[in-house]
Amino acid sequence: MSTQKTVNGSQGNGNLQAKDFASDQEVRWCPGCGDYTILKQVQNLMPKLGLDPENIVFIAGIGCSSRFPYYMNTFGIHGIHGRAPAIASGLKIARPDLSVWVVTGDGDALSIGGNHIIHLLRRNLDINVLLFNNEIYGLTKGQYSPTSPQGRVTKTSPTGSVDSPFNPLALALGANSSYVARAMDRDPKHLQIMLEHAAQHKGTSFLEIYQNCIVFNDGAFSPYTDKSLRDNTSLYLEDGQPLAFGADDAFGVRLDGYRPEIVDLRNGKWSKDDLWIHDQKDRNKGWLLTSLFDDNAKQGKLPRPFGVILAEERPTYERMVQEQIAATMEQLGDGDLEELLTGEETWTVK
Amino acid sequence: MSIIEKQKKEVTIRFAGDSGDGIQLTGSQFTSTTALSGNDLSTFPDYPAEIRAPAGTVAGVSGFQIHFGSKAIHTPGDMCDVLVVMNAAALKANLKFLKPGGIIIANTDGFGKKDLSLAKFAPNEAPIQDAKASGYIVIEIDVTKMTRESLKDTGLSLKDIDRSKNMFVLGVLYWLFSRPLDSTIQFLTRKFAKKPQVAEANIKALNDGFTYAIATELFSERYSVDAAPIEPGTYRNITGNDAIVLGIAAVAKRSEFPVFLGSYPITPASEILQGLSSLKNYGVTTFQAEDEIAAIASAIGASFGGSLGITTSSGPGIALKGEAMGLAIMLELPLVIVNVQRAGPSTGLPTKTEQSDLLQAFYGRAGEAPLAILSASSPADCFDVTYEACRIAVEHMIPVMLLTDGYIANGAEPWKLPKISELKPIDPRFEKARDNGQDDTPFLPYKRDENLVRPWAIPGTKGLAHRIGGLEKEHETGNISYDPDNHHMMTEMREKKRDMIANYIPDQQIDEGNENGKLLVVGWGSTYGTIKSAVYEAREEGLDASFLHLRYLNPFPKNLGKLLNGFEKILVPEINRGQLSKILKEQFLLPVEGFNRVRGVPLTVSELKEKIVQLCKA
Ligand code: SF4
Repeated sequence: MSTQKTVNGSQGNGNLQAKDFASDQEVRWCPGCGDYTILKQVQNLMPKLGLDPENIVFIAGIGCSSRFPYYMNTFGIHGIHGRAPAIASGLKIARPDLSVWVVTGDGDALSIGGNHIIHLLRRNLDINVLLFNNEIYGLTKGQYSPTSPQGRVTKTSPTGSVDSPFNPLALALGANSSYVARAMDRDPKHLQIMLEHAAQHKGTSFLEIYQNCIVFNDGAFSPYTDKSLRDNTSLYLEDGQPLAFGADDAFGVRLDGYRPEIVDLRNGKWSKDDLWIHDQKDRNKGWLLTSLFDDNAKQGKLPRPFGVILAEERPTYERMVQEQIAATMEQLGDGDLEELLTGEETWTVK
Repeated sequence: MSIIEKQKKEVTIRFAGDSGDGIQLTGSQFTSTTALSGNDLSTFPDYPAEIRAPAGTVAGVSGFQIHFGSKAIHTPGDMCDVLVVMNAAALKANLKFLKPGGIIIANTDGFGKKDLSLAKFAPNEAPIQDAKASGYIVIEIDVTKMTRESLKDTGLSLKDIDRSKNMFVLGVLYWLFSRPLDSTIQFLTRKFAKKPQVAEANIKALNDGFTYAIATELFSERYSVDAAPIEPGTYRNITGNDAIVLGIAAVAKRSEFPVFLGSYPITPASEILQGLSSLKNYGVTTFQAEDEIAAIASAIGASFGGSLGITTSSGPGIALKGEAMGLAIMLELPLVIVNVQRAGPSTGLPTKTEQSDLLQAFYGRAGEAPLAILSASSPADCFDVTYEACRIAVEHMIPVMLLTDGYIANGAEPWKLPKISELKPIDPRFEKARDNGQDDTPFLPYKRDENLVRPWAIPGTKGLAHRIGGLEKEHETGNISYDPDNHHMMTEMREKKRDMIANYIPDQQIDEGNENGKLLVVGWGSTYGTIKSAVYEAREEGLDASFLHLRYLNPFPKNLGKLLNGFEKILVPEINRGQLSKILKEQFLLPVEGFNRVRGVPLTVSELKEKIVQLCKA
């Protein structure tokens, strides 16, 4: 058996390939659905984990995206609506040795499962969350979701939704997430890098993936994902690099105090040295980045960031649980059942 | 005046006072001493519903009742012989529990003008005088004054001195019931090991209370209660919730799989989560989830990973878990759901007891969703039933609901310690790894054994990677299937698997009386003690009443129908509107009469006995 260098540093089975992680089940998403690309990229990632399929678990809730586990040749649970983070938490606490993935959607994670996702994030279990955001309920055939923009016409909002949408990354950051990132289905190369990065993170990694629902919300993200448009609307973040965007990095974002503004790098007034340098460990700047959430259909608006917004090291929940158990074992020894049942006070009847 | 010494067969005492009066501690100390004296006993605490109700008000009264005797004791007693009240509010709230002509020991310091008004007595009322006039024997002691007198040289602050009032009262009671002081003295020495001054003060108050009772000739009678004929063994006192904690720890220690508890605090079940949280060196991991749904979902996740997942809650929380129970039923994973029932619906009476979730346990889920149901009959029984629920969940790969209620959760009784070697390890159906080359047939996660049980195939096991979910599964492969006949078959199989548990549980026994006759009283859960006492008394009077108590509610023991058919009449007492009655009628097509009260408190022996007598004589 040959070994290869792996994403998380483990020495796994280097003979495995992406196809070894595809299950024998027929994939049942609509033709052209963004989910296909994501599935492919996740399967491509798997061999890099260096783990055998039996050590990986995909857990999902309900929705189009949540069918995901059926297509992976790993362990998997297709759970109930919104509860995947809770199922995954129990599994990860009980089995910290496993690589645990949660696949969820905007309705699953942010509406019915909103409570679970925020608590998973604050606890920081080492779980990878892939949130497929398509701004619509697909499986139930086209109702607005908690990320649908105000005014979106859907089956349940025939005159436009009046709901104010969530900004998922700001929500995650507000829940004290240790890792917040964004990717898109239409840029598989970047998606692959993001998946790899998320897998490396020790803690809950929250990766929002813009995913096109071709049937019920086609083009919802095209201002950011269309090859012809995204140069001017999407900002690819790289740690330690200036925030430049546009064809040939024509534009940049600089900070005027705490106010980000777009500057033109072509006229000689501003150079890359003037730009905001990305630091993915800076939570305060992370806030500013998540706030770049303008409607880019409008001219002159700030671009939307893709990439890792925040990656912060802090102890994982399950490690702290293990440490407490170890400390108790050390201090009190392996629990003695006889002693426990006996308790503090007994009496004997002869 | 000479004091008359009297032997009593059984006595019930109720302690009542302000939440800050140390009533629960006084009660538990009296309990320990009573147990050490060899009596059989049963106790029940009566906590105020509010955490910090204003001092001196009826809402703030905390109570503790103990029933002990030289005979078998099965309940904390309907009515008490002695009522100890630390203030006016305590008397107001508890006089209804005192037998006619009973003894009231009253702390007169708690009956000042302000106390009477806080307790909402009318200005012209004099409750102590009124009680005397109604024929009660009232023993008046200014406990505050006496305790201050007793401890004036200790150097303690007045506040600390007043905290020892309960020990003074306990001393009086120890004299009244001819009890030794040493167990409480040892307890106080242990409890205040770091504050020897406080320990000494409490011990002095206890001693002085005892001598005060002698010196002042407070009572004209003094009682003694002989030891009861109790099965030899080593005993401890235990509440139902604590017994569940120990049952779960025992499962974890005796089995090769760990236990995971996912829970969310709720009255009256929180003590189970609390208790297990401090047993980190016993193979139990606890997780306080963000809500009831996450609690059960996390337990399911842990079960998928090879731990036994357990979740604990009460009625409203159980309702929230319904969908996840359905998932566990579909996944066919082991799971134990403990429902410490309380009075409902909605928030209901959270600190009061009821048996009204039986139908929820049977039917409260979407779809045809069979799970196994067990119930505990007393605080100590909670240990055995917990162990048994875990065994069934693991050996039959099925969710099991264990029903207890607030009454046995908080109530306590002596528990004979089990022999560890007799706690049979639970046998998990772990599927073995398929190492490359040896077995290349595909793994079938839903291939069932002769009991229709599927294997427990946990992550990390080579060759077993598989996906399961809430969608209907194809027989054997576990793949998604929308096939109509497959769905019919799988629905039947899940039910049959549950029903086949009946082959692995003991036959139903008759608890009192005969296998046939005029009247059979059928119970389940916390009514055990009441029914047993009532049937016993009826039989003493020569009536043809028998009694069986169900532990296994779904499936029922296989011989239940035969036993039910041996009687002319069947009476089912329950603290609900007739839920087991309904199920028995439906399953066995027999005329069943219910005896149903939903007052948030246990049924009383006397009211039930009256009904039994009426049916036996009719
Ligand atoms: S409905 Fe939309 S999201 Fe769902 S599978 Fe079809 S295209 Fe994809």
